[in-house]
Amino acid sequence: MKKTATKTETVDKKIKAIVDKYKGDKTALIAVLQDIQDACRYLPKDALTYVAEKLAVPVSRIYEVATFYNAFSLKPQGKHLIEVCAGTACHVKGGFNLLEKLERELDIACGDTTKDELFTLEQVRCLGCCSLAPVVRIGGNIHAFLTQDEIPKVLKTYKEM
Amino acid sequence: MSKINTREALDKAAKKGLSTLIPAKIKITVGMSTSGIASGAQGVYDALAAEIKKRKLSILLTKTGSMGMDCMEPLIDVMAPGKPRLSYAMVTAAKVPQLMDEIAKGTLEPIRPFYRTDGEQSLITGEKIKFVKGALPKELKEIPEINEVPFYKKQIKIATRNCGIIDPENIDEYIARGGYSALAKALTQKPDKLIDDVIASGLRGRGGGGFPTGVKWRSCREAEGDIKYVICNGDEGDPGAYMDRSVMEGDPHSVLEGMIIGAYAVGAHEGFIYVRNEYPLAVANLSKAIEQARANGFLGKNIFGSGFDFDIRIAKGAGAFVCGESTALMASLEGKAGEPRAKYIHTVEHGLWNRPSNLNNVETWANVPVVIARGGKWFAGIGSKESTGTKVFSLVGNVKNVGLVEVPMGIPLKEIVNDIGGGIPGGRKFKAVQTGGPSGGCIPAKLGSLPVTYDELSKAGSMMGSGGMIVMDDKTCMVDIARYFIEFLESESCGKCVPCREGVKRMRDILEDICKGKGKEGDVELLQSMSQAIIDGSLCALGGSAPNPVLSTIKYFRDEYDAHIKEKRCPAGVCKPLITYSVLKDKCTGCMRCAKVCPTKAATGEKKKTHKINKKLCIKCGACLEACKFGAIKVE
Repeated sequence: MKKTATKTETVDKKIKAIVDKYKGDKTALIAVLQDIQDACRYLPKDALTYVAEKLAVPVSRIYEVATFYNAFSLKPQGKHLIEVCAGTACHVKGGFNLLEKLERELDIACGDTTKDELFTLEQVRCLGCCSLAPVVRIGGNIHAFLTQDEIPKVLKTYKEM
Repeated sequence: MSKINTREALDKAAKKGLSTLIPAKIKITVGMSTSGIASGAQGVYDALAAEIKKRKLSILLTKTGSMGMDCMEPLIDVMAPGKPRLSYAMVTAAKVPQLMDEIAKGTLEPIRPFYRTDGEQSLITGEKIKFVKGALPKELKEIPEINEVPFYKKQIKIATRNCGIIDPENIDEYIARGGYSALAKALTQKPDKLIDDVIASGLRGRGGGGFPTGVKWRSCREAEGDIKYVICNGDEGDPGAYMDRSVMEGDPHSVLEGMIIGAYAVGAHEGFIYVRNEYPLAVANLSKAIEQARANGFLGKNIFGSGFDFDIRIAKGAGAFVCGESTALMASLEGKAGEPRAKYIHTVEHGLWNRPSNLNNVETWANVPVVIARGGKWFAGIGSKESTGTKVFSLVGNVKNVGLVEVPMGIPLKEIVNDIGGGIPGGRKFKAVQTGGPSGGCIPAKLGSLPVTYDELSKAGSMMGSGGMIVMDDKTCMVDIARYFIEFLESESCGKCVPCREGVKRMRDILEDICKGKGKEGDVELLQSMSQAIIDGSLCALGGSAPNPVLSTIKYFRDEYDAHIKEKRCPAGVCKPLITYSVLKDKCTGCMRCAKVCPTKAATGEKKKTHKINKKLCIKCGACLEACKFGAIKVE
């Protein structure tokens, strides 16, 4: 088959390495997308067309998977991902107030990224740290028994990172 | 590493494990589960390592999983030869030097141990090990023994038998606790005999459904097909539940051993563990465990010289609650969107890649080695007649002792909340317990004597579920809880079938209106009839059980719905459009804290004078309530 002008040549080396690792295994689609999400903090369009070509999976299927699962984002994410736990224990202990405080403090709505691309604010379905409720995870670090009062200080430490 | 394929080799590994499990020198163990680390356990571990190095001490420092009482974390265990194991609660890195002084001097002050453990019994072999040699010194007698601590007293640990005791990264310690001996035994028996034993044990699926495990195994064994799979469901999606995370993190080999036995019984040679994306430590510990199991010959070709081949792969979920449903999970394993399919096609016959697949939950798998080692009859003697064995719960919410508890089935609900959980903090009233996650319901305090079994919980309008147990006090609004779960399910519904996709959405609209004070007469009846339609018409269990939180709260807390609808009032003070914040004159000291934290300048006042809240400016964020140390903020 004649090679069409895909983005294969222009796609990032990092992405190539990830996709090549799975040796065209179609069933590994989710794992491939997870690795790309981890590496780029989102799923770039050209990466997805490259995945489609290498795994021989239609782009439409990849789009279906990428939009089905909460772990994937098609928009670039901020440097620090803020995940506010919305588990039952956190809800009972007022976790929703933390989300509203973060929205006010960062001046963005849940799901959005700040203009300086430092923070992306998201709500997550239970981090399984119910004994520490309410919790917020920022860049993988769990902040336990968080209060609204502490939020500005916590955000500051990440801004300075 | 040489492979273990004889009893002698297994015993040798056990001996090696015992040398670190109960060493001939002082040992300090730090509880390093995800919640332990979040509470500062890593800092404690690092501080201990630094002190040991600085003082040039010969002390063994190890890590372990969740010790259970998560509200007391970071927890550490200190064990000296011939002495009981002493457990210290709420240890901080700053306390470490002082603690090291104590350990060096053999004193117990000023940091008193929380409790002591004088010995333990191996659940697998029944062998008793006494830690204490000779008489117990007087000062140690004053420290309560673990079985005298209310939190632990009524617990029986089977699935979590090794959690908080062994180093999850050390396979030899698992073997020293009887690990992999059930596998060795199983591989000498006929698969059908094993299945008989599992059926006799009465073990039922711990993921929530409660289907008899042995019956499932038999169907899978009898299903036609050369290639079969076993799958471990570690997609613990229920909010408020973290039992499976604790087992995967704290005792990954128990899951692997259960799966290997199950694979042998059903005739599978490939296995998958599907773990939630949100559990990185569980993935890490399971991955290490799989590598070790391979190196030791428990996974791979010709396991224990029996000719049986089996291997396990880990698949990470990508954040979809519905993937906890077995058919959706299998679709996800195939690399597709996790949409469930109709249940009349059984996965034990046509599961993953349309081949016979046996799926069990993490906790179920962790129970299997014990069932095989001790026999089905022994297992059936624990718990109640229809619900045998134990169940692990994550006891969370508004309860004093928050943590992981494993109790015999049939224990009354109130014993879990009041005795193990220590009741409700802050002198508040126990209102309800939510079990079964979004598929479950709220059980009111008045049903406190309800025995915790699959059937009794279902009869009460809830379900066992995977094991989240969220305690609610009188400050929890039951209408808001119903809205919370319905909103959760609305966003997690995969959208494949109409009753769930559209019905749940409309229910959410109605509940949201009620919470906003826009509820109408007849809304409750409408919710009830919609619920029935969704239950009858949904494709999978997500939709089929989605109305449970609504139905159970209507059943037991109808008065709260009426208060919202008729009086436009939220009795618990939660629903923001229906509440107002004000300052109690007699309690306000004029400390100005509320004014300082208020984001909209609604709370104002001068120093040492009673403050005020401007209701027009107040956004009801609760910051003042959180900040006030005198209980002067009133919400009604």
